[in-house]
Amino acid sequence: MSSPAAPHPVTSLWRVRSYLRPYAGQMIAMTAAAALAVGASLFIPLVVQHVVDGPVRHSDRSGLPLLGLLALALGVAEAALVFVRRWVQSYAALGMETALRRDLYTHLQRLPVAFHDQWQTGQLLSRATSDLSQIRRFLSFGLVFLFVNIATFLTVVVLLVRINLPLGLLVAACAVPLFLVSQRLARAYLAVSRRVQDQQGDLATFIEESAVGVRTIRSFGRAAHVGATFRKGALTLHDSSVEKAQVVSRFWSTFDLIPNITLALVLLLGARAVASGSMTLGGLVAFVTLMLSLSWPIDSMGFILANGQEAMTAADRVYEVLDTEPAIVDTTGATDGERGPGELRFEGVGFSYPGSTGQVLHDIDLVLHPGETVALVGITGSGKTTLTALVPRLYDVTAGRLLLDGKDVRDYTLPSLRRLVSTAFEEATLFSASVRDNLTFGRPDATDDEVAEALDIAQASFVHDLPWGLDTRIGEQGLSLSGGQRQRLALARAVLGRPSVLVLDDPLSALDVHTESLVEEALRRILVGTTALLVVHRPSTVALADRVALLENGTIVATGTHSELMETVPSYRAVLSQDAEVSV
Amino acid sequence: MTVDVQAWRGVAAEGSEDLTADTTVRLRARSRALLGELMRPHKRRLTLAALLLLAQNVAAMAGPYLVKIGIDRGIPPIRDHRGSGLLTAVTVALLVTALLEYVTKRAFLVLSGRIGQAVLLDLRTRVYDHFQRLSVSFHEGYTSGRVISRLTSDVDAIAELLDGGLDDLVIAGLSVLSVGVILLTLDLPMGLVTLLSFPLLLWISAWFRRNSALAYRRTREAVALVIVHFVESLGGIRAVQAFRREPRNDEIFDVLNNDYRRANERAFKLVALFAPGIKLIGNATIALVLVFGALRVIDGAAQVGVLAAFLLYLRRFFEPMQDLSMFYNSLQSATAALEKLSGVLQESPSVPEPATPVPLLEAHGRIDLDGVKFGYREAVVLPQLDLHLPAGQTVALVGATGAGKTTIARLLCRFYDPAEGTIRLDGVDLRDLSEHDLRRAVVMVTQENFLFAGSIADNIRFGRPDATDAEVEDAARAIGAHEALAALPDGYATDVRKRGGRLSAGQRQLVAFARAFLADPAVLILDEATSSLDIPSERLVQRALQTVLRDRTAVIIAHRLSTVEIADRVLVLDQGRVIEDGTPEQLLTESGSYASLQSSWTASLA
Repeated sequence: MSSPAAPHPVTSLWRVRSYLRPYAGQMIAMTAAAALAVGASLFIPLVVQHVVDGPVRHSDRSGLPLLGLLALALGVAEAALVFVRRWVQSYAALGMETALRRDLYTHLQRLPVAFHDQWQTGQLLSRATSDLSQIRRFLSFGLVFLFVNIATFLTVVVLLVRINLPLGLLVAACAVPLFLVSQRLARAYLAVSRRVQDQQGDLATFIEESAVGVRTIRSFGRAAHVGATFRKGALTLHDSSVEKAQVVSRFWSTFDLIPNITLALVLLLGARAVASGSMTLGGLVAFVTLMLSLSWPIDSMGFILANGQEAMTAADRVYEVLDTEPAIVDTTGATDGERGPGELRFEGVGFSYPGSTGQVLHDIDLVLHPGETVALVGITGSGKTTLTALVPRLYDVTAGRLLLDGKDVRDYTLPSLRRLVSTAFEEATLFSASVRDNLTFGRPDATDDEVAEALDIAQASFVHDLPWGLDTRIGEQGLSLSGGQRQRLALARAVLGRPSVLVLDDPLSALDVHTESLVEEALRRILVGTTALLVVHRPSTVALADRVALLENGTIVATGTHSELMETVPSYRAVLSQDAEVSV
Repeated sequence: MTVDVQAWRGVAAEGSEDLTADTTVRLRARSRALLGELMRPHKRRLTLAALLLLAQNVAAMAGPYLVKIGIDRGIPPIRDHRGSGLLTAVTVALLVTALLEYVTKRAFLVLSGRIGQAVLLDLRTRVYDHFQRLSVSFHEGYTSGRVISRLTSDVDAIAELLDGGLDDLVIAGLSVLSVGVILLTLDLPMGLVTLLSFPLLLWISAWFRRNSALAYRRTREAVALVIVHFVESLGGIRAVQAFRREPRNDEIFDVLNNDYRRANERAFKLVALFAPGIKLIGNATIALVLVFGALRVIDGAAQVGVLAAFLLYLRRFFEPMQDLSMFYNSLQSATAALEKLSGVLQESPSVPEPATPVPLLEAHGRIDLDGVKFGYREAVVLPQLDLHLPAGQTVALVGATGAGKTTIARLLCRFYDPAEGTIRLDGVDLRDLSEHDLRRAVVMVTQENFLFAGSIADNIRFGRPDATDAEVEDAARAIGAHEALAALPDGYATDVRKRGGRLSAGQRQLVAFARAFLADPAVLILDEATSSLDIPSERLVQRALQTVLRDRTAVIIAHRLSTVEIADRVLVLDQGRVIEDGTPEQLLTESGSYASLQSSWTASLA
């Protein structure tokens, strides 16, 4: 999701200051060290002047050692100050970046599922990595040198003016074209570099798709087809990058040209001044040397400005996320819920996704009595999964209310509600962690016996055969498991610790017939005494339920036992009866 | 609260990163060869770039020298009223060199940018095409994550070096070299004094290189862990929130985030020592040269202008060296990236295209497996399989997980080649068919059907890129998916979003089905293709299948026996062997495993 026009980039960057506050002293120290270091380096040419105009001119060796030592002292001081600046920077800048990243992550975890539905993880990741380093770079380097460079420029000009007024003014004047050029180029550079970035992102998305979809591409023999698409994208990127190189070339070469022309003029006029006696020889040498010490501050202003603009955009992107209020939070007056009998009651529940007008669910009235298992049946897209997500408040109802043991789920504190309600999702989500950690995901305090029981219920004893048993790392970074194995682990995770209400979204879809019947057998045991909402696609799983609710066009049109509905409700028969029309 | 990072992560067999000296040499040679290959087409442009660089360097170096001449020889004539001709000439020369430097620098930057981007384009397409050529078995072992990072972060690392520093590095090296030569010729004794700093410079550079290599690797590892944790916890946000994992995730993230910070701190501190270290050596040398040079001027052994030029050159001598610290990391990551990329390009497809393919003008769909043996590494899946499917037959493969059903399907698609025996299509060994003919004839639909970002129509058209909208719609109609797809918000133009995320699993599967039907293959393989359809959709598809499969050979794998019932023939597999073979009706009458499966299935319906 791309943000609309960035409203206040400067303001966003300014807000980062709260993260710099703990390091205020260090930031000042850094700037002071940078300024002093530049100051020390500026004095070296003045020492040179004194050497040329003093000992050299008068052939006087006695003054030389002292001036030599002074030059050395200044050199050592400069190096020491650079060291201090960089050393301090490694704490302050990284500390700020780390704190900002932590807050971003913490905030993202608390934003509701609806937010994450709209944002690609890659987009969020680039905010937490490249945007933050962009900000860090500017605050620890660009910002410091923005001040230092301006100060340097002014100081040098003052020193130059003191050596020779007209020449000094000439050098000062060359700042004008430099500034104008850098402004124009910085804008051009920023535009093209952002375009390159976008195209890189597009290409990366395409790469990701074709890497994940490689089997599909192969099955249809479309390698040439995708190859051509890729080449087109890579070529677009190539063209933009060449354009960027052209802008850069204008940048750097112009930044060299202007000072070089100024140097020629300074030599011409300076030599005449020396000849006419209005300037000393040492003065000219010092002037030229000093002037060259401006080359870095001038050169760097270009990229410092570009860096500053990038940092502003980055800060804007970061705050765009940080400013999003978590929509699902504890309401005022919410209290911890105790484990009750487990009655779940939907009263006139309706739901529509944020920003869309169409209602996914409406007028849902359903009661799950304590210990009862209700199966939710309906065709694809009828809203079954959405309905289950309302129970642990992954989404909030937009109409009506949902009561657990007579209390609105919004009046429970979130952690207590989510402890009472446990969910297994249709697509089993496993993390790159040990099997044990994946199982005790929501209950780090679970005992080994509880883990064993959960594994038993989910028929997931295969984990004991993994190379390191329960300590084996699974997920993206570890051992890969089959769909059925993943699903059984997700089921074990859900039943671990005997929740008060169990929500299972088609938990058996990836299992083969044999395993399915084993899991069903075990589930049947745990479902006794647990209130459960079960999304079901298959007649076999319906058998686990005491009662069935048929969901059609976003609302419940019939409830009853499986056989009742089979007999009386034709649309139920259509959804669940396999052999109605096929084999007969 | 402390979190033991290793405990929660669990144990895994990490790819051994420790390289022996021997393989390091081999890797170097391999990436050098790739680099040479990439550069070869640009030989002439590279020569031109080198000339431009040289010219630019000469122009840049001429500046201080001209200043010296201006001071030493230009001033006395004016002072003696002998005219300012020489000074004017020097000034003009300075202006000319300034212009020359401008032109050559600009031309060089543009040219090197062009070469660099052309190389990157070449590298990207080479690696991408190569990945597309490599067999499915390679991709299964290599994983998509690594494919993605090869093509993104590794190529980016090389790009960064190319446009962020390589030319600067060359310029720096060149100027250090030429300044050294100039210093020695300008005034040999002063030049020799300057050379005293060399051993120190070499020592500090070696120290930095050694330590930063280590620090850099640590930083990469630390950030990789941060990224994985970040992506996983946000990608699985439903599970995270439903299981109240946030506080624990915060703890873990804190640990990883701080590890990353510490690793970065180390790297920063190395630079904090290195950069001022170079500066210190440089400044000390300047002070030394100043005193020594002044003594020589006093002695009349050198002129003031020489001293001035010397001091100007010294700055140019030391400044680029400080920047080396910035290039070093990008140089290092680019080298590592090149090693990995050259490794990928060296992989040869385990399922190669035949040199002289046997043409298959019109496939009928007869399939013969003779003495086929196959296994993944040690585990033998198919010990010895003989199977003959006449053209047009619909065959169902039934059996428990691990019986070898999916393996057979994959062998038929030639995702793998059998270890022994042959698989023939219409009498032609699959290994003798061109990729094009094979894919035209055999198409597989699996449960993990993949949708690309784009419209539904685009995704169906993937089966036959030249199909018209009407043909796309007909395909959907033929498999009974038209109503479901047309009812979506934008009908066939509905954007499925990334990986089809906007569609339900069932809708995705309907699209995949239509896609396969549009491809119109002689052999259609359905591996659990209907597993995530709801029953009404499945019923639609199944009814449609009876027409769809009529004129082609079909191999159907299903856990659900309902899918099996439309088959002409059922094969029950057990540990890679066919234990029952016959029509569904025949097998039902026997008391084999098919009959027992069937009865347990019927029972579950009750």
